[in-house]
Amino acid sequence: MKYLNEFHDPDLARKLIDDLHRITTRPWAIMEICGGQTHSIIRYGIDQLIPEQIEMIHGPGCPVCVTSLELVDKALAIAARADVTFCSFGDMLRVPGSEADLFAVRSRGGDVRIVYSPLDAVRIAQENPDRQVVFFGIGFETTAPANAMAVHQAKRLGLSNFSMLVSHVLVPPAISAIMDSPAARVQGFLAAGHVCSVMGYWEYEPLVDKYRVPIVVTGFEPLDVLDGIRRAIVQLEAGRADLENAYPRAVRYEGNKPAQEMLADVFEVTDRAWRGIGVIPRSGWKLSESYRDFDAEIRFPVGDIETQESPLCRSGEVLQGLIKPNECEAFGTQCTPRTPLGATMVSSEGACAAYYQYRRLDDSKAPADE
Amino acid sequence: MCLGIPGKVIEVYDQSGTKMAKVDFGGITKEVCVAYVPEIEVGEYAIVHVGFAISKLDEKAALETLSLFEQMGVLAEELDTGS
Amino acid sequence: MSDPSPNVEGWTCPLPLRDYPTVVLGHGGGGKLSAELIRHLFLPAFANATLECLGDSAVIDVAGSRVAFSTDSFVVQPLFFPGGNIGELAVNGTVNDIAMSGAQPMVMSAGFILEEGMPLDRLGVIVESAAAAARAAGVELVTGDTKVVDQGHGDGVYINTSGFGIVPDGVMIGPDRARPGDAVIVSGDIGVHGIAIMSVREGIEFGTVVESDTMPLNGLVAAMLEASHDLHALRDPTRGGVAATLNEIAEASGVGIEYEERLLPVPEAVSSACSLLGLDPIHAANEGKLIAMIPSAATDDVVSAMRSHPAGAGATVIGRVVEAHPGVVVARTAIGGSRIVDTQMAQQLPRIC
Repeated sequence: MKYLNEFHDPDLARKLIDDLHRITTRPWAIMEICGGQTHSIIRYGIDQLIPEQIEMIHGPGCPVCVTSLELVDKALAIAARADVTFCSFGDMLRVPGSEADLFAVRSRGGDVRIVYSPLDAVRIAQENPDRQVVFFGIGFETTAPANAMAVHQAKRLGLSNFSMLVSHVLVPPAISAIMDSPAARVQGFLAAGHVCSVMGYWEYEPLVDKYRVPIVVTGFEPLDVLDGIRRAIVQLEAGRADLENAYPRAVRYEGNKPAQEMLADVFEVTDRAWRGIGVIPRSGWKLSESYRDFDAEIRFPVGDIETQESPLCRSGEVLQGLIKPNECEAFGTQCTPRTPLGATMVSSEGACAAYYQYRRLDDSKAPADE
Repeated sequence: MCLGIPGKVIEVYDQSGTKMAKVDFGGITKEVCVAYVPEIEVGEYAIVHVGFAISKLDEKAALETLSLFEQMGVLAEELDTGS
Repeated sequence: MSDPSPNVEGWTCPLPLRDYPTVVLGHGGGGKLSAELIRHLFLPAFANATLECLGDSAVIDVAGSRVAFSTDSFVVQPLFFPGGNIGELAVNGTVNDIAMSGAQPMVMSAGFILEEGMPLDRLGVIVESAAAAARAAGVELVTGDTKVVDQGHGDGVYINTSGFGIVPDGVMIGPDRARPGDAVIVSGDIGVHGIAIMSVREGIEFGTVVESDTMPLNGLVAAMLEASHDLHALRDPTRGGVAATLNEIAEASGVGIEYEERLLPVPEAVSSACSLLGLDPIHAANEGKLIAMIPSAATDDVVSAMRSHPAGAGATVIGRVVEAHPGVVVARTAIGGSRIVDTQMAQQLPRIC
C-alpha cells in the first residue's frame, strides 16, 4: 500500500535504530499514548531493538480498555433487549463486563452486529424502522468525528429509532492525570498521531509548559514510532522540552477544522470514568443538549448497575504505566486472552494482550495456556 | 483511536447531502465519507479511519520524511569520520 | 447411571468472566475456543487413540491397507462469494483433508441440509459446482443424503462431505511428525479465501478483485510425494489461517517453529484489506493452500516439484522447525524484532484502533 509500506522499510528502520543507539547515553522513560502505537511496538519488536536504557511505558490509549465497566454493563443490558439491534466496532465484542460480554449476549439471542463505520449503523436504522438501533460510540478524538456525523445524520433524517451510547475519552486530560500522579515516571510523550489529525496539536503546548516534558506527535508504522522515540530522546539528551510534529504527512498544527466544528456541535465536555483509573474531570465527551434525544443512556434507563471488577485485575496500573503486564501476578495464569480479567487483555491494543500474544517467551512464568 | 490508513480517492460524489468518495487502498476499494476533507480531489490521498477521511495525506511531507530517514546514516557517518 | 452432561467446571478457571454455558460463534472459529470444545467435550466422549491424533484425516488400518478417512462441514455465508460457492468448497475441503495424509481421495459422500424456500436454481448452481470440483479432483461422489429444515433455520444450505483414500506404503505424514531441522513451506499466497469472504460480509464489505483460492490439492501432494516419499507434516490452513496450522503442528510434534515475516507470500490486496480492517493475514483462512514440513535434505526437490505444479506455483520456504520453545511459533518481524505467533481466541474481529 502506498504511503504505508515505505514506513516498514527494514533498512530505514536500521538507520533509525542505529541513530538511537548512537545518541542515547542515559536511561529515559517515554510513554506512547496510543494503543495502536503500543501494538506496533510489541508487534514489530521495536522495544527489543531500541537501546535498553529507553523504557517504553504503555499509556491508556486504548478506548476499548478504558471504557468504564459500568458503561460496558449498560451496553450489555441494552443489547439484551428484544427490541434492540446493537451495533458496535469489532473490538468491543469480547470486552468483559461484570458477568458477560457482547458475544455471550449474542449467543443468548441478542441482535448484536459488527460494523466498520458508524454510518453503517445509521443505514441499519433506516432499513429497520421497527427496530431500535443503538450504536456503541466509543473512542478517542479520532473516532469522535465519525460518531458525530452518524448522530448528525440520524437527526437530519429524523431517524427516531437511532441512538448512541457514548463513551468518548480525551487525551490531554489523561496526560495531565498521569503527570499529576505521585508515581509519575514519564519523561516524554509520543502523542497519538490520528487524534492530532483531528484536533491539531496546539492543545499540547500548555502541557509541555506545565510539565516540562517533550511531546512528539507520532504516527503508527514502525518507522514513525522509531522516529517519534528518536526525536523525544534527542530532546531529552539535550535537556529540551518542546512540542514537535513527527507525523507531518497526516497532522497539521490546527488540525481538521470541519471535524472540530461538528464535534463542537454534537458533543460537550463531561467528567468521565476511565476503567481501571477512575474519574478524570472533563476528560470525556457526551452528546450536547440539541442531540440529547439520541442518547441511548437516557432512552434506555437501565437503572443502577452493580459493577464487579475482578479483584485480581491490575489493568489500571498497567494503563497508567505503573507496572508492565508481566509484573501482574495474574498475567498468563488466571488472566489470558482466553480467560481475561480485564479489558487490557481482551483488546488487541491492550498492553496485556499485546504482551501475551507477542511476548510470552520473555516471561519467566510459564503461561497456563488452555 | 488509531487505525487510520492512507487511500487514494478515485471518485467523489454526493449522497443525500453528504460528500462521499470511493477510495482505493492498494487494490481494495471502500466507500468513505469525505465531509471532513471537502476540498479533496480525485487522485489525492486521505487518511481513513472507520470509514471517514480525517486528513488529507500530504504527499510532499511523506516523501520528505522518508528522505530524512535516508539521510540519517549518511550524516552520522560524516560526523563520526570528522571527529 | 452416570450424568451425561459435561462437567464444565473443569473447563474454565473459577472466575465468571469466561463462562460460556452456551455455544458461541467463537467455538467455530478454528482458534482456541474451538480447540477447547474439542478437547473438553468431544475427545473425552469418543475416547480413542485415532481421534486423539487430531489430524486433518484419520488414518486407520483396514484389511492390510492404511485408509485416510475425513469429514468436513460447510456453513459458509454468503453461499456465493468471489471465486466460488459452498458447493466446490465442500468438495475441495474433504479432498484436501484426505490429501493431507498423503492419500488420493477415492470416494466421497455428501449430506445436504436445505432450508425450506431455498431457490432451486441457486441450489442447482451449487450442486453443479460441487460436481465439477469432484471431477477436477478425480473423486467420485458415491452416496449422499438430503434433509430439509423449516424456513428460518439453516442459512439456505449446509453441506457435510466425507471421504477416504489409501495412504501409499511407506508414507507417514501426520501433525506429530515434524522434526527440528525440517523446512517449513507454504504452497502459495496466503489469506486469499478469508479476505474474499470478508469482502462480501455484511457490515464490512469492500470492493476487491480477491477471489477465493479454493482448489483440490491432491495433485500437488502426489507431485510432492514423487519428489520425496519422506514428507513429515502436511496441513491445509483453513479456519484460523497459517497461524493456527503452525501452532497445531508445533504442539502435536512438540517442536518450535521459526519463520521470517518478510518471506510470507501475501498478495497486495490481501495485505491492504487486512490493514483496512486491522487484521493479520496469518489468521485469515485459505482454501487452496498447504503447509508442509519436510526434511531439509529434500527441500530443493520438493519445492521444485511444487513450483512445477499449477497448485504450487508460489511455493516458498518461510522458515524452519526448531528444538527451542516447543509448541510455540516465533516470527522475525520485517524490521528485525521477534514476536510470538499465536492462535486467535475465536475468529478475527475487525479493529478500530
